[in-house]
Amino acid sequence: MQLVLTEDQELLAKTATDFVAQHSPVSRMRQLRDARDPLGFSRALWREMAGLGWVGIPFSEAVGGAGMGLAELAVVLEALGRSLAPEPFLSTVLLAGQALALGGSEAQQREWLPGLVEGRTILALAQQEARSRFEPQRVTTRAERDGAGWRLRGEKIQVLDAPNADALVVVARTAGADDAREGITLFLLEAAASGLSVERQTRIDHRSCGLVRLDGVAVGPEAVLGRPGEGLPVLEQALERATVGLCAEMLGGMSQAFELTLQHLKSRVQFGVPIGSFQALKHRAARLFIEIELARSAVMAAVRAVDAGDADAAKLVSLAKARCSDAFVLVANEAVQMFGGVGMTDEYDIGFYLKRARVAELTLGDAAWHRERWARLEGY
Amino acid sequence: MADLEKFRAETRAWLQANAPKALAGAGGSELEGVWGGRKARLGPDQKRWLEVMAERGWTAPTWPREYGGGGLSPAEAKVLAQELGALRLPAPLIGFGLTMIGPTLLQFGTEEQKREHLPRICRGEIRWCQGYSEPNAGSDLASLQMRAVRDGDHFVVNGQKIWTSYADKADWIFCLVRTDPAAKKQEGITFLLCDMAVPGVRVKPIVLISGASPFCETFFDDVRVPVANVVGKIDGGWTVAKALLGHERSMIADAFGAPSGRARGKGSYLAELARRYLDGAGGPLPDAVLRDQIAQNEMDSRAFALTVQRSRDAAKAGHKPGPESSLFKVYATELNQRRYELMVRLAGPQGLGWEGPGFEPDELERTREWLRSRANTIEGGTSEIQLNIIAKRVLGLPD
Repeated sequence: MQLVLTEDQELLAKTATDFVAQHSPVSRMRQLRDARDPLGFSRALWREMAGLGWVGIPFSEAVGGAGMGLAELAVVLEALGRSLAPEPFLSTVLLAGQALALGGSEAQQREWLPGLVEGRTILALAQQEARSRFEPQRVTTRAERDGAGWRLRGEKIQVLDAPNADALVVVARTAGADDAREGITLFLLEAAASGLSVERQTRIDHRSCGLVRLDGVAVGPEAVLGRPGEGLPVLEQALERATVGLCAEMLGGMSQAFELTLQHLKSRVQFGVPIGSFQALKHRAARLFIEIELARSAVMAAVRAVDAGDADAAKLVSLAKARCSDAFVLVANEAVQMFGGVGMTDEYDIGFYLKRARVAELTLGDAAWHRERWARLEGY
Repeated sequence: MADLEKFRAETRAWLQANAPKALAGAGGSELEGVWGGRKARLGPDQKRWLEVMAERGWTAPTWPREYGGGGLSPAEAKVLAQELGALRLPAPLIGFGLTMIGPTLLQFGTEEQKREHLPRICRGEIRWCQGYSEPNAGSDLASLQMRAVRDGDHFVVNGQKIWTSYADKADWIFCLVRTDPAAKKQEGITFLLCDMAVPGVRVKPIVLISGASPFCETFFDDVRVPVANVVGKIDGGWTVAKALLGHERSMIADAFGAPSGRARGKGSYLAELARRYLDGAGGPLPDAVLRDQIAQNEMDSRAFALTVQRSRDAAKAGHKPGPESSLFKVYATELNQRRYELMVRLAGPQGLGWEGPGFEPDELERTREWLRSRANTIEGGTSEIQLNIIAKRVLGLPD
């Protein structure tokens, strides 16, 4: 495993950085928020990203994808993360898209993935529940047998891009106790299914997400993704990949927040000198730099280990998410402190990074959860 | 790649044939390693191991063969280190000759200096120590005052060094001396090599909080040093001194950052240790807080090791190396301190022993190592100095 970008990845990084500079400044995210845009992102820009091949990076050529790995996707996500771009990579490409690519039948993949890769179709993964916290096996949404098919009842929270989704992958329990590893089934539901409702939720980062209510939604056997009762391994693999992708985005976010802070330290004058000349701030900035460097190493290793299917990939994913969670929050907290009063104003962008850091920290397992997972994987 | 695998197979076969069997699993740590030198007392296996490895040039694997090194590429040297690790063999030789003055002489030394000193370092014949700090020149190293006055072909040196690691066991010292007191403080310094057996050099060990005396005071009283022993230019020693500090930081980072051997432990060494003091033979450790702290420490170690790897991979790919050694020095030393603190805490009251009955030898050793580790963030440039370097050279923050 080489922890260095290939020439092709360097080129992709440059393309993505240029694209972000030209089309996706942070002000775009601010406008979407101020306009209370129901979609929360730009469909036109999403299609452009698809046209550049980014949306299809991790999908097979059979469905129109590039058949590349997370290493390439991570490069793009880092660049987008720098400008807090709200386009639905996490929901559509990673969470639901990977569940479909890993567990879906050929027919299901043919039906949904080509549209996804072209940027026409939005998918969501309805997994998180009010009491599930970060445990994927804690599922109280039930799917009861109903003839040849099933009837789904339950509620999912903060489902990313659910209000915009054309279809949802729903995690439901067909057997077993509420936190049993067996008996979990993945269903692929069209958004228009009768009994399925989505209510837009607003979080501190203003990205689109929603409450998904399943009130006796009737589905046929063809809606099952993979095999009934055996959905957890597929779900966990999809979550693993999504976690790595989220880490890459977080790396971009913390890097940008740090660079904005450095600029401020060099330009803000108090007592007749730039405040960056004060050792109290220099040392803290140097420590942030160290934390970001370590986070970057962990993310690069995790991405490559997952792509290669290494035996310790799961550990490295937890290492990356734990570090990114702690580092992004630390960088954002310190950034606001170093900006001082203006850091607290809505007018300055730095607050957006603080909010995104907190959301990302508490998505797909926080640092403590991933340390617990590391300990478990290490056998202690 | 195929060549590298061939090299690996040959190396393994050679090591298996030539390494003394009894050494497998022996420690290569600061306390237990072979430092060489005129005063060294080696066991028969250590002596033979040093001889066969030096003969092959593998005490300094990447140095040129003409100076006693192995002439290996960095990739081959990594394979050698991996194979040594796989056979649990200790380094045949450690010390400041290999890690500090050797690399510095390769960069700045005259041909005569290289031919005189490097082969003797490789064979473990001469042990070196570092004469940098003085009582009034710690973090502000450039304010050093030890005087060297020219007298024909010699300098006459007077003054005192402090915190000279293992000066009492060393044969030669490389030191910074002031040759031009009128110049700006960085500009009147010269880098000098001095045989400690000459008249006028006196060494006095300092007892530390750990009870050990790894550091000394070193006094110079009219010591005559040939002008030929200047490394770099007269009054131009600061450049050499800084380059050596870079080697020193890398050495410290290597030593503390990549845990190896018994003392630092491998894999879940901390968890194994915890099981000695907590109930519960298998499964999750019963103390959730300690368990979290163990995971945190091991994850910090792994992230650090990956960062060192990333820096090496970037160098191999032709990227310019940055001042990463400062980052490594800060992080590795603080990590080592956290690790020893955690080990003492895991042992509970058994972590408090100084000597005598009721404590296992390894418990006493860990406690002393914890005390020793408090120096890690002071020696070789304090953490605060390293953070200054990062702020200035990496982040470009104003003075």
